[in-house]
Amino acid sequence: MSTTHSKSAAKLMLSPSVILLFLWMIVPLCMTLYFSFLRYNLLKPGTKWFGFKNYYYFVTDPSFMEAMVNTLYLVGGVIFITIVGGVLLGLLLNKDFWGRGIVRLLVIAPFFVMPTVSALVWKNMFMNPVNGLFAYAAQFFGTEPIDFFAHYPLATITGIVAWQWLPFATLILLTALQSLDQEQIEAAEMDGANAWHRFWHIIVPHLARPITVVILIETIFLLGIFAEILVTTNGGPGNESTNITYLIYRLVRLGFDAGGGAAGGIIAVILANVVAIFMMRLIGKNLDH
Amino acid sequence: MGTIQLKQITKTFENTQVIPPLDLTINDGEFVVFVGPSGCGKSTLLRLIAGLEDVSSGDIQINDKNVTHSPPSERGLAMVFQSYALYPHMTVRKNIAFPLKMAGMDQARIKEKVDSAAEVLNLTQYLDRRPGQLSGGQRQRVAIGRAIVREPRAFLFDEPLSNLDAALRVNMRREIIDLHRDLKTTMIYVTHDQVEAMTMADKIVVLNGGVIEQVGSPLELYSKPRSRFVAGFIGSPKMNFFPGKIIGNEAYEVGVRPEHLSVVHEAGDMSGIVKSAEHLGSDTYIRVEVEGADEINVRISGDAEIHYGNTVQLKVAGPIHTLDQTGLVTSN
Repeated sequence: MSTTHSKSAAKLMLSPSVILLFLWMIVPLCMTLYFSFLRYNLLKPGTKWFGFKNYYYFVTDPSFMEAMVNTLYLVGGVIFITIVGGVLLGLLLNKDFWGRGIVRLLVIAPFFVMPTVSALVWKNMFMNPVNGLFAYAAQFFGTEPIDFFAHYPLATITGIVAWQWLPFATLILLTALQSLDQEQIEAAEMDGANAWHRFWHIIVPHLARPITVVILIETIFLLGIFAEILVTTNGGPGNESTNITYLIYRLVRLGFDAGGGAAGGIIAVILANVVAIFMMRLIGKNLDH
Repeated sequence: MGTIQLKQITKTFENTQVIPPLDLTINDGEFVVFVGPSGCGKSTLLRLIAGLEDVSSGDIQINDKNVTHSPPSERGLAMVFQSYALYPHMTVRKNIAFPLKMAGMDQARIKEKVDSAAEVLNLTQYLDRRPGQLSGGQRQRVAIGRAIVREPRAFLFDEPLSNLDAALRVNMRREIIDLHRDLKTTMIYVTHDQVEAMTMADKIVVLNGGVIEQVGSPLELYSKPRSRFVAGFIGSPKMNFFPGKIIGNEAYEVGVRPEHLSVVHEAGDMSGIVKSAEHLGSDTYIRVEVEGADEINVRISGDAEIHYGNTVQLKVAGPIHTLDQTGLVTSN
């Protein structure tokens, strides 16, 4: 198929976009790295070499540990909900029923809603303790309306983000289910496997690979959740819904500490890589068959 | 023990009746082959027996027990699928052990049974591999292994050899015949290949459009076909059909097998021009254009000095099957 000649031609053709993408990544990274070693406050003119102090202050900030734990809860929670929900919805949508086309479209719809919009809709139309739909429902049943963002800020944000990512997981898992050989299910039926056994011994192993893909992709995107927090809780109350991304934002835009923010950014990059390597090691085995 | 009785069963898919009322009895220990062209309902019939499809009406009895509404697992049948349907994430050992595990058998007994099945099927050295690492024939054997460990009342085979190459198919055919001789379990085998049907079956069921055309032993079907369809389907090359008057017979149409015609030097029953000649060494197949008939196939054993364009005299040297206008055989 490919000769040495065509390979080098391909490399040449690809190089402009590859070089552009590489610069796109490396220039901001180097600048961030550079700023992270400076005392660089947006309110004070001039910069000064600061060594590792930005890192020291960032890591020893009591908010840091809280933000770390919140980030893990947020990512883990959303992944858990989307995988479990995605498998169940996928199984449902793989069945033949009247109006399946419309239902599939509706299930996929949340993915097309912008994060900011969806968070605002949830906040103001559903979860508002005075005017929200849930408040009306609570009153209808005669119970006290719940102020979701005040009492369960992190869980609520996890719910909103999970709602947005559920379609993604459902879509990938549904297509995987459609590729499952129907004769395998029939063979298992002949072998005396009941519905649960068929699910556990045939369907789940078949889904192992797509689930791995969903986890990897979602992790990458979920480590950077920001808009949903900004428009709903602003990271509060206290630090209860602050993740690493939001903490960096607070440092730079509210504290005007560009140097500290850059240090936080570098730490976030390192963390993301640690998580990615860990994930690859843990579940990447599923990918090479 | 495995006697299977189908009583007036029908199957309808969304207003289309694929199987009109059908009766069939399969005796214990019999090797029954369902044969017919694609779309004749043979696979549907097998799936009805297996319980993978619900019958629209009628009863299915296994060992005199009505199982019409029982799920597949309660019928005590094992099935080998066309695609083998092995579980790709399990090793060969786990694949074969799966039905036993589902039945809740203890580990030691499972191991013992899997090992003995693997030995019968020459799979011992592959037990730790996955289906993806096996060849077609080995996968086929794993599928059979998974069926035999359960000691079912009957085996159901759904075109199991159609994904194998020709040489392997002949070998596997022989292995399945040996297996049947050893186990003496009822087997139902679906195929569209009449050679497989003729070589394997105790009893052949010829299906056409969901209807049973004829049931009988291979030789019965060969020598006493009941209809034009059976006569044409069984035997290779196909039986020749031509108007009876060509050979001075009163029948509307007559059928003569290619091996029951011979080429003679004196005046025969008919004459024609050779359109093609295939020399296989052991046999010679010739296609002759005879006036008033379609092309006539003749099978001559040994090599004959006949070539394209020769004019040959043909003589009927075997049974003549006479047919009426409706395609029914009136005499054999």
